[in-house]
Amino acid sequence: MSQVSETTIDRSIDTRHMQVSTTEVAIDVIDMHKWYGDFHVLRDINLRVMKGERIVIAGPSGSGKSTLIRCINRLEEHQEGQIIVNGTELTADLKRIDEVRREVGMVFQHFNLFPHLTILQNLTLAPIWVRGIPKVEAEATAMHYLERVKIPEQANKYPGQLSGGQQQRVAIARSLCMQPRIMLFDEPTSALDPEMVKEVLEVMISLAEEGMTMICVTHEMGFARQVANRVIFMDQGQIIEQNEPEAFFSNPQHERTKLFLSQILH
Amino acid sequence: MTDIGFVRSEMVEARPAPVRTSGAVAWMKKNLFATPLDSVLTVFGVAFLLWVVPPLYGFFFGNAVWAGGTVEDCRVETAGACWAYIAAEMEFFIYGFYPAQEFWRPNLVFALGALLLAPLLIPKVPYKRLNAVLLLIAYPVVSYILLAGGMFGLRVVPTEQWGGLLVTLIISVVGITLSFPIGIVLALGRQSSLPIIKTACVMFIELIRAVPLITILFMASVMLPLFMPQGTTVDKFLRALVGVTLFTSAYVAEVVRGGLQAIPRGQYEAAAALGLGYWRRMWFIILPQALKHVIPGIVNNFIALFKDTSLVYIVGMRDLLEAVKTKNDSAIEWQSANMATTGYLFAGMVFWVFCFGMSRYSIFMERRLNTGYKR
Repeated sequence: MSQVSETTIDRSIDTRHMQVSTTEVAIDVIDMHKWYGDFHVLRDINLRVMKGERIVIAGPSGSGKSTLIRCINRLEEHQEGQIIVNGTELTADLKRIDEVRREVGMVFQHFNLFPHLTILQNLTLAPIWVRGIPKVEAEATAMHYLERVKIPEQANKYPGQLSGGQQQRVAIARSLCMQPRIMLFDEPTSALDPEMVKEVLEVMISLAEEGMTMICVTHEMGFARQVANRVIFMDQGQIIEQNEPEAFFSNPQHERTKLFLSQILH
Repeated sequence: MTDIGFVRSEMVEARPAPVRTSGAVAWMKKNLFATPLDSVLTVFGVAFLLWVVPPLYGFFFGNAVWAGGTVEDCRVETAGACWAYIAAEMEFFIYGFYPAQEFWRPNLVFALGALLLAPLLIPKVPYKRLNAVLLLIAYPVVSYILLAGGMFGLRVVPTEQWGGLLVTLIISVVGITLSFPIGIVLALGRQSSLPIIKTACVMFIELIRAVPLITILFMASVMLPLFMPQGTTVDKFLRALVGVTLFTSAYVAEVVRGGLQAIPRGQYEAAAALGLGYWRRMWFIILPQALKHVIPGIVNNFIALFKDTSLVYIVGMRDLLEAVKTKNDSAIEWQSANMATTGYLFAGMVFWVFCFGMSRYSIFMERRLNTGYKR
């Protein structure tokens, strides 16, 4: 498991706004199953995410972590059970899918910035064409978020001119420009050089500090320990174990979890 | 154990520089006479050029009969190309049987086209959107009224009288402008997840691609009227236009499909995750990248289309090549040894100029689009 790392962020986390709602459900996954052809890739998934929760999904490769969060904004289709996001159930209905996607931001392992557009255009395209925000206003918002991820000076460059860490921060800013209520992170630091992991994690932590509802598939166990309020461990398409990070890391229950942790933590 | 220490004991005296490595002599030595084989090849090459170039020069320039010359000059044994014949028949090569007193109409169409196209092709010129609307919507209407007449007191000129370069240009310009968007739609349709649309696009593309253009033109001109209700006629010119356009759009569709497949899945997913709908994903994210990749292939198709326009002679139309052939066969007053050769050379040169222009412009465009995000 060479990609597992434990970058620690040497600062205390500001927890003032990190309250988890006890009544407002952000995401509800109920008895969900998914197949790729004949392969049963997700089995009996039940997951309720409250507003303001910060969830880290861990597990060996091929365990269905990415597939699960890709189901939440319907980049993948599930065959059985229900997925309800912000009160909207995901079905084949394109209108509902667009409704959900407007409110759910996603950050990918390989950034997926649009190479033919400048950074600023990357950030303003969706606000202008999906939300109908005037261009000037969208650009102001974009600059605000570029400042938040600390690269406003790159606004007029093209993605290819930026480092991996900078590109990933732009990708996060691009999602934030849509002012989503939920953020999904699909291994956001796995494709980065080690020294760039930290700058991306910093941005993710500051998001958590503002109370963003987040689901992160990541191998950053330091991040999980510091920021998550729940860690979910998956294997063979199933949720094997979930717990608060403290209990999860110090006192794992399931054999598979113990094995996994013993291999990645030294 | 080797000693890695070093102390210089004698200084190196300055020497004269070796033989010059730059300049004409050095260049020739390096590129023409580097080895004995190179030297032999160089000698043969020069001999070949000496053998070929002077007669060609004589034919094209030295012994050529220029505009203003007479047919007697062309009939002289040693005469080269009979350019005088081209100059004398130029009007027919450009306009065909279009009535001479109405030449100002096609001329105006040519001028307007150049005037609208040039600023659209030069990236720096502003008002691209207005320019495109004028060129793609207003211009075709104005051109049609001007060329066909029958309105605003313009005399009717039936399409049977159109000919020469005029026909070649109309068919290729209309064919290129229409086959491009149709091809894109077909390519997107072929990738569609909706089975009916997908099947329809696949069937259309595979049917058209598997049939020669000549057959399509024949079908359009001979078979189509059989299926039409009695009494309705579709203009022969229009039928040829439709045939050429559909033929090229099937090819363009396959080229564009290649471009679409080259775009990583992540681009589709990132666009979708932002909430962009299908058409916006395609318009803003996928097509700009995909089309950039396939510029060479698309221009290849357009060049092929331009040259294939000469096949419309099959359905009785007189494009540039056919106009030249007609005069070669019928202009007895210019009968001479090199008359037909000169005619065909002229047609070839005109085709070459247009195709080479397209090729250069596409290379320019590729470079321009590339610099944007080169590392």
